Amino acid sequence: MSEFLRATYELGHENLSKFVFCSGIGCSSWIPSPHFMADSVHTLHGRSIPVATGIKLLRPDLNVVVFGGDGDIVGIGLSHFIHAARRNVDILVIMVNNMVYGMTGGQVAPTTPLKAKTTTTPYGSFEYPLDAAKLAVTAGACYVARWTTAHPKELKESIKNAIELKGFRFIEAVSQCPTAFGRRVGFKGAGEMLKWFKENTIQISQTEGLSEENLMEKIIVGNFIRRQRATLIETVYSTIEEAKKEIEEN
Amino acid sequence: MKKHQTIKTLFWQGNEACAEAAITAGCRFFAGYPITPASEIAEHLAKRLPQVGGIAIQMEDELASIGAVVGASWTGTKAMTATSGPGFDLMQETIGWAFMTETPCVIVDVQRLGPSTGQATKCGQGDVMQARWGTHGDYAAIVLSPNSVQEMFELTIRAFNLSEKYRTPVILLADEIVAHMIERIIVPSLKSIEIIDRRKPKPSEKAFFGSEEVPPMPSVGEGFNVAVTGSTHNEYGIRFTADSTVHRQLVERLNNKILGHSAELVDVETYNIDDCRIGIVSFGCTSRAIYEAVENAETKGIKVGYIRLKTIWPFPERVVKQLAETANKIIVPEMNLRQIFYEVQRITSDSVEVISLNKIGGGELITPEELFEKIQESDKT
Repeated sequence: MSEFLRATYELGHENLSKFVFCSGIGCSSWIPSPHFMADSVHTLHGRSIPVATGIKLLRPDLNVVVFGGDGDIVGIGLSHFIHAARRNVDILVIMVNNMVYGMTGGQVAPTTPLKAKTTTTPYGSFEYPLDAAKLAVTAGACYVARWTTAHPKELKESIKNAIELKGFRFIEAVSQCPTAFGRRVGFKGAGEMLKWFKENTIQISQTEGLSEENLMEKIIVGNFIRRQRATLIETVYSTIEEAKKEIEEN
Repeated sequence: MKKHQTIKTLFWQGNEACAEAAITAGCRFFAGYPITPASEIAEHLAKRLPQVGGIAIQMEDELASIGAVVGASWTGTKAMTATSGPGFDLMQETIGWAFMTETPCVIVDVQRLGPSTGQATKCGQGDVMQARWGTHGDYAAIVLSPNSVQEMFELTIRAFNLSEKYRTPVILLADEIVAHMIERIIVPSLKSIEIIDRRKPKPSEKAFFGSEEVPPMPSVGEGFNVAVTGSTHNEYGIRFTADSTVHRQLVERLNNKILGHSAELVDVETYNIDDCRIGIVSFGCTSRAIYEAVENAETKGIKVGYIRLKTIWPFPERVVKQLAETANKIIVPEMNLRQIFYEVQRITSDSVEVISLNKIGGGELITPEELFEKIQESDKT
């Protein structure tokens, strides 16, 4: 939250009047709404991306930013996430990944590591987690980065980059939930989790040649991709121009 | 569009009339997902909306479609989606959210034969109660029911107008027959059509979710710092997720702003309701059988009166009670298993015998002959 505000300030935004924030349901959905002095649309669980798409299509001049948790963005709302990246809609999605359904008391999430104990996987999770950043790259996002809360400076720089870019942008912030997740998997507190983040992350540039097994226990951080593709705003508005021209000619 | 500047007699499909009416009403955003028998609305708007500077987009599912529609509405744009039963199921959660956030938008449900996939290409009228009670919690719905191509046009415009005026989602409950048939339509001149736009706040205003029955609605990006939420909120949009008074006040106001205005919202066509032995209450495609059946009954000396519901919800209670005071019996023909029948029975409190004439399956209509037979049979017994 504070890194986002620092990023906008450093980019020269004195206030958030050019921003609209959309969120779903979950712990992280309370980041923009009602704490930011800005327009905020608090949507349903999983549906923030389509709502943000509707807003952006009609107000291309506004920076539309989605805040969501892992359950919201890649659990119940996964299909919207993939399609938004595919159609390259000009929105920034910041996913705070605490690897668990924290708000409802710590149930297993699509991002929970294999074998991790949660309230609905008391013997340890028997599923593999989803790599949201990799998925965003495959689906067509223009900018993808992942950091943890132990990397505040890098996170802020990524947010600054993402705000300035066009197309679909995705930042994953791996965060600690000491209450609903950390204590169940054996961490004593938030500090210990941050330490674990620091020790168990690996820069994406250093992953080459490492096997999947070697990387299983690691959190890969860094900038995953930065590329240019025609954005949805560009293609939709050029379609409108073509349609208008066609009708004038007839 | 030049071709609609003057009164025109055209030959249109119901879904086409709905799409053109949306444009006339000022709709500039459509998001939908293909589904029989509503797809022609999306196809027509995909062609037409860009011509008038609007956007039509096919989303990944119905959840996304109505989500984008609500988002669009918060930019100050009139927005619509169109679907049928299975898609209407998926939209219910967001309809509740639109109701709670007081977001104007129009949802077209072209009814087909359920439950589930049922007979997907056949006509049914089984979504009457779903349109009223589909989402969870206490809410009130405005639901309109066209019975011709002409009314697909007129009631689509009315749906937008009511939606803007009351700041609430409005459902146009069409059916496969009305949507797919092609018939004559008279499109009036644009000037003669009343178009209502939502009330915008003054720069100093801050209460967008209360203090007035229908509060003014800002758009995002206008500097109002509007906080939109489906959680219980006060008049400033601030969440109160435990306070009983705030919840009660909000939800009662949201219900009252619709139910308290049923006199304006109710729209019915009536005939001889003060002077009849047999009454009929009907709606949608089924109501097209009334006219011939009543004519045949009259030639046999049976006085028949009818109410045709152009607004289904709020239910036209007053006029149905009026019919019950005169008629000995009321027949309710419908292509479902007694959804309007029970409502008529409830309202007339057993003061009159209510007779169901229903038919489901194969998209078969209730014919004028069948209705006439029922009238004769009811008059004898």
